[in-house]
Formats: sequence, C-alpha cells, structure tokens
Amino acid sequence: MAGISRDDVAHLAHLARIDIPESQLAHYATQLDAILDAVAKVSGLDTQDVVPMSHPVKMENVFREDIPAPSLNAQQALSGAPAVEDSRFRVPRILDEE
Amino acid sequence: MSELIRKDASELAALLSSSEVSAVEVTQAHLDRISQVDKKVHAFLHVDTAGALATAKDIDTRRAAGEKLGVLAGVPLALKDILATQGLPTTVGSRILEGWIPPYDATVVKKLREAGIVILGKTNMDEFAMGSSTEHSAYGPTHNPWDLERIPGGSGGGSSASLAAFEAPLAIGTDTGGSIRQPAAVTGTVGVKPTYGGVSRYGVVALASSLDQVGPCGRTVLDTALLHSVIAGHDPMDQTSINAPVPSVVQAAQRGDIAGMRIGVVKELGGEGYQAGVQQRFDEAVVVLQSLGAEIVEVSCPSFDYALAAYYLILPSECSSNLAKFDGIRFGMREGDDGTRSVEQVMSQTRAAGFGDEVIRRIILGTYALSAGYYDAYYGQAQKVRALIAQDFAKAFAKVDVLVSPTAPTTAFKIGEKMDDPLAMYLNDIATIPVNLAGLPGMSLPMGLAPEDGLPVGIQIMAPAMADDRLYNVGAALERALVSQWGAPILSSMAGV
Repeated sequence: MAGISRDDVAHLAHLARIDIPESQLAHYATQLDAILDAVAKVSGLDTQDVVPMSHPVKMENVFREDIPAPSLNAQQALSGAPAVEDSRFRVPRILDEE
Repeated sequence: MSELIRKDASELAALLSSSEVSAVEVTQAHLDRISQVDKKVHAFLHVDTAGALATAKDIDTRRAAGEKLGVLAGVPLALKDILATQGLPTTVGSRILEGWIPPYDATVVKKLREAGIVILGKTNMDEFAMGSSTEHSAYGPTHNPWDLERIPGGSGGGSSASLAAFEAPLAIGTDTGGSIRQPAAVTGTVGVKPTYGGVSRYGVVALASSLDQVGPCGRTVLDTALLHSVIAGHDPMDQTSINAPVPSVVQAAQRGDIAGMRIGVVKELGGEGYQAGVQQRFDEAVVVLQSLGAEIVEVSCPSFDYALAAYYLILPSECSSNLAKFDGIRFGMREGDDGTRSVEQVMSQTRAAGFGDEVIRRIILGTYALSAGYYDAYYGQAQKVRALIAQDFAKAFAKVDVLVSPTAPTTAFKIGEKMDDPLAMYLNDIATIPVNLAGLPGMSLPMGLAPEDGLPVGIQIMAPAMADDRLYNVGAALERALVSQWGAPILSSMAGV
C-alpha cells in the first residue's frame, strides 16, 4: 500500500487544521510511514464475508424522556471561551475580505 | 508517616463509619502525604485542598447528625484529569485546555460526590489519554513510586502512581486500549475496565468513542469493587450507557471462590515479545488458579495477532473526528487572533500550539485512514478485523468462564526510553487492546515482582459483557492466595518514595 510522504503530511495537516511547521513535516512523515506500514497488517486477514463492526454494543434509536430541566445559562456556557462579546462567542473573521 | 494513608479504602470506611476517625483526619493525612511526596512523583496536576477538606467536614457533620451515608463516605479519591469537574480545572493533560474550568460535573463525578467520596484532586495523564507512559502529558511526566526513573504506565499513570505512593486509597481512570490496566500492572495496583456502556461517559473528554470506558482503581480487589458499584449504572445522558442492573461486583469480591470454574489461557497473549519474568510470574499465577480448584484450558484466538494494527487505525480515525471540537472557539486556548487572520488560520495555529506530538500524529493518521481512496483498505478493514476479534472472544467464552493473560508485555521501562519510537510505545497495549475492541470487561491485579528487575507484574482477567462480577470473583481468589504466599500485600515490598 502507499506510504505517507512529506507532501501528504502537509495536505493532511491542512485538512485537520493543524499548522505544522515546514521543518517538522519530514519527521512526521517518517514516523507516520513506519506506523502505517505496521497497521497495514490488517489486510493480512481474510475478511471477505465479515460484517464490519463499528461499535461493541448494538443499539438503535436510543431516546430518553423529553423532560424540561435546568441547563447551563449563557454566562456558564461562555465561561471557558477565549473571547466573548455581547454574551456571544467572538470569532475571527469567517469570510475573506472584499 | 500517618498510619491512615497505609489503610485500604474498606478499612478506612469501617473506621469512619464507627467514628473512630473523622473524614477530616483521613483527608488531611492524604493531603499531607501529597505535599510530602508529590514533588517527586507528580501524580497530581491539581490538588483541591480546600474543596477536599470542605467535603470531609460536611461528611463528618452529617455523620454526627445520624444521617445514613454511603459505604465510602469520607474516603479520599484521586480523579483522572479527563473527567469534567465543576469549578476545578480539567486539562486532559493538554495545553489546549490549560486553565479551562468546566461549568458542570461529569455523571461519574456527580455520583462520587453523592456517595460522599472526597475528591483530592486531578491526576496527570498522557495528553488526551494517548500514550502508555504519561510522558505525553503537556505538564511533565509522572514518576513510578517503585523507581522514580521509570514510567507509571499510561495514560492513567497519575491515578495509578497516586495509589502506589499512598497519596490516595482510590482513583478513577479511563481505559481506551489499556489506560487503566497497564498502569495498574506496572505500579502493583488493581484496575478495572468495566463492560463498554457499564459506566456513564457523560462529561468525560472523548478519545475514541467506540472504545472509551471509565473505571475504578484501587490497591485491593475489594476496594476496586466498592468504587465500581458507586460509579456504574445506566445514565440517560449517555446514549451508549447499558440499561441493565449493575453486576454484583462487591459480593463477587467478597466471595473469591473459583472451584470448578473454567479459566482460559490465551495462547496468542504471551511467549515471544513478553519479558521472561513477566511470563514466569504469569505461569506461576496460572498454577495458583489451578490449585484453587479452577480448570485451566488453553484457548486460541488467532485474530488477536491483528488487534494492535486494527486498534491503531480505529482509534486515530475516531480521535481525528472527536478532537475537531478543540478549535480555540468555545473553550481553551486561542492562538494568532490578531485581527488579520481568518478563523481557519486561527484554528490551525491554535491546534498546532495546543496539541503535542503524539496527538498530532494520531490526528494525521486518522485523517489519512478516513480519506477517500484509503477508507476501505484501512478503516473498513480494521472494523472487519474488529468483528473477527469479537467472534474469537465469543467462541472462547463458549468454552471457558474467564480468560487470563499477562496485562503488559514488560515491567515499567525508563522514562525517555521509548519517546522517539511511537511503535515501540504502542506495543505496551498489545494484551489489553482486545477487550476494548470487543467491549468486554477486564481487570489487572498484581501477580508478583519480575525476578530480573524487582518490578511489579500484572495479570489480566477478561470476562464476557456484563459479567464484570467474574473479574472480581477470580481476582479476589487469586489476590487472597498470592498475598498469603507473599506474607503481605505487594506494595509493602516497595522501598518507598
């Protein structure tokens, strides 16, 4: 199977929104390539008729009673936020300018 | 040294209930111990002196007023820093949550408070519970009380070290691939990963949601069972919580009778790759189990050889998604928000500055395994291997009541030894991972010291889903026989911090 190159790491880091410094990309690539090589072992088992298992306990449509109860107020919900304005989360600009 | 810190939780509970000691005295003794040794051990990230003493005082007042209290009321506990605690910092061992104070309690924390248990503080851990040594904590490593130059296991090394250093008689951990059991093994303590869904995860920072489970840690099997019965049970706030009665773990721990039980030794979990002294103590423990009347059966679970590979695809995939919430918007740190950068640039800078190497490695690996073109070959295939592992367990439990293996392949290694080799670090979980993949309960308890290095070795017991009581029954029987053979509990042979 394909390995992970330095450019792959840069691309994946962008997808995962982690600004990895250029100088560290090669190091991560070497380590991840070795890990990937080891975990590729999963393809060594015959799994043709096996149903994939995503979760150990089969559960469907788990509901609870819809009973009104106290919840966090705005002040509590905002208490850990790095920036707050007018009782709301203040965020950096979302759209490009112009 | 105060004699109180040497006592088991069950002994303290008896002294407290007969008012021979007060909860304040017990709590103060442990706080004193923490001030005395934690500079060397570093089991705690945060000690809540005022809160612990206030809880203890409240328990004493209520007891004096004749109120009927829980069995463990007034007994102190160390809490892994992955559970949300209202008004107390919760960092998950990461810079990204430094200084965050949750506005609510996890369900487990709520249950501990309702039981009158005194929370001493929050314990150190590998960042986001990713690791087997607690070296990946952003706040520096925890040291093993048996040898301060060695690791206490991970990710819950702070919890296990606090027990071995007599800083707390009880602790809470979480176990995704062995983070309760492997630390218990390398510190000579007891730890249980309950059945998946047996304990609520509401308010627990998620690593891999199909694997994570909260569990009890103690110095004896009975203490661990007492704590298990406090934290277990259905919670409507956690949709993966099992709505069924909690297994009778305390009665099982008091019974300890394995005559006529069938115990399976897993062929694939031992031999090559396991330290000679670990294998030797395990073989001896199996003989002890046989002498107690159990029938020993060799069991083969061939797909277990693929468990580690499947786990290190499933876990990174799930964590790459779970950790997306740490983006510097609603809680924790924010980097680079100087008015010129976009929200995505700020997120990327925050995550690069807030996450350590191992967290970044796993997020990148998970992002890769889930990406178009690779999904079937990696994540999809890992889920099929997972199904085969569950089938191997089901076949084994048709023949035997419980399975046993060494908990970890080696004793505690030196701090720094495996930090540059992620794959070598992952191998520590080789024997503990299978039960997480299948959602089953597992226990580690001490089975002696390895002859070559004098460090503790753990035996793992595995049971079918919701048969957690079997772990405690077998564990109690083995513990009783071994302690009587040794003449004293294993921690009494520790040189001391």
